[in-house]
Amino acid sequence: MGVKIRLTSQVILPVAGAACVLLAWALVSTTVAPDLPSPLKTWQESRRYILEPFFKDGEMNQGIGRLAFYSLVRVAKGFVLALAIGTPIGFLLGLSPRFHQSFDPIVQFMRPISPLAWLPLGLVIFQKSEPAAVFTIALCAMWPTVINTAVGVRSINQEYLNVGRVLKLSRVKMLTRIIVPASLPYVFTGYRLSLGLAWLVIVAAEMLTGTPGVGGFLWQEYNSLVYSHIILSVLTIGAIGFLLDRLMGLVEARVRAH
Amino acid sequence: MAYLEVRDLRKAYVTPRGRTAVLGGVDLALDEGEFVAIVGYSGSGKTTLVSLIGGLLAPDAGEIRLDGAPVTEPGPERGIVLQQYSLLPWLSVRDNVALAVDAVNPGLPAAERRRLTDEFIALVNLTPAAWKRPRELSGGMRQRVAVARGLAMRPKLLLMDEPFSALDALTRATLQDELLKIWGERRSTVILITNDVDEAILLADRIYPMTPGPDAVLGPAIEVALSRPRQRRHMSLEPAYQKARQALVEFLRASRTGR
Repeated sequence: MGVKIRLTSQVILPVAGAACVLLAWALVSTTVAPDLPSPLKTWQESRRYILEPFFKDGEMNQGIGRLAFYSLVRVAKGFVLALAIGTPIGFLLGLSPRFHQSFDPIVQFMRPISPLAWLPLGLVIFQKSEPAAVFTIALCAMWPTVINTAVGVRSINQEYLNVGRVLKLSRVKMLTRIIVPASLPYVFTGYRLSLGLAWLVIVAAEMLTGTPGVGGFLWQEYNSLVYSHIILSVLTIGAIGFLLDRLMGLVEARVRAH
Repeated sequence: MAYLEVRDLRKAYVTPRGRTAVLGGVDLALDEGEFVAIVGYSGSGKTTLVSLIGGLLAPDAGEIRLDGAPVTEPGPERGIVLQQYSLLPWLSVRDNVALAVDAVNPGLPAAERRRLTDEFIALVNLTPAAWKRPRELSGGMRQRVAVARGLAMRPKLLLMDEPFSALDALTRATLQDELLKIWGERRSTVILITNDVDEAILLADRIYPMTPGPDAVLGPAIEVALSRPRQRRHMSLEPAYQKARQALVEFLRASRTGR
């Protein structure tokens, strides 16, 4: 498939939008907030972190690529755990009215709890920062998977279920040949939203536990008064979040196109 | 007792706006190997009747017996072919048919089941498209898959609910001819639901007109005295065709103006 780029809509306008934000940033840094580093100063103080993304001078002074890698590994662990727990719960909620009656209130109750609230509890349970961070990410990121999977199962076309009923398929075959494939598009929408949440939670988790990663780096540089590195971290978090969403969007589109 | 016996079947749907009596006491009897068509206006409750005989819906009153056994739930001995195909879009043509073959022949060795699957796909002339997904197929090809799946259940009774009405006229004629040929070879017991009078006469031994709902019932049976094998060409010139057509159209017209 040929990729066709329309100059105005896909290049000029987005660049113009970014230029506007950059200009506003520069204006704010020269007028109301003198402590806020200007775009130029941010670039000068951050260039080594970007141009040599994998250097390592010490535990807390590393290239942004290396820091992002630590964060991504942590997010991956939490995300995989969220899917491993959330997907079966979602299927049970969708399939069994009794399970739904028992656990849906709990799900609705736990869903809005902030990662900041879970993290200290994770530290109490695991006594170590790394598993506590993964636990927090998993616990916060699993809800979209749970809810979308349950909705996906409940909205399966009755026609498909009737095929299974007429053929008197066994429970296992009903699940593997009809229920799982039919709800897969919803499930993957849940996965995409869960990944977005996991990435949101990582910053808070690393800030509070002081583990090395983009979020940990951000908090450390705030405490060391190197404000330009806060901006570097923020931009990195945004860029990676954007890429992750696009990536999951592609996976989701493939699943939908059966 | 007949092979399929339907006695005083009643069904109503209850909606927030009230109760609609769809079927008001349907009686029907089929012998083994008979091809019966039920013809009626759309919305008269034909699909409800198919769902009841298929066991997908429970009747409010009345009884259905197939080969002596009461019908209480769906099962492969009553294969269903629906207007909207209801193929599983994530499975290939082959896997859609194989699902049925595997379900009704659990004791057979895998190689034998594969051979059966290929046989049913070949029966509806889809061997070249066996690995395609339903969305890659035309409407006519999809309906062929649904017919193959229905036959692959080796049903005692094949229920077809307006199987060709979503197709264009040329494709419909082709599929009717194919069905005629397949039925001629296998002599399955078939109930065909349709709103196409000519389709019913071409295919069926006997036709029941259905009165428009609510409280739909079946009118008196109309025998189609055309000899088999039948040919679409010249059929309309035969007196038996004209007689059946006239009886059917007259009953349907009278049942509508009589309301």
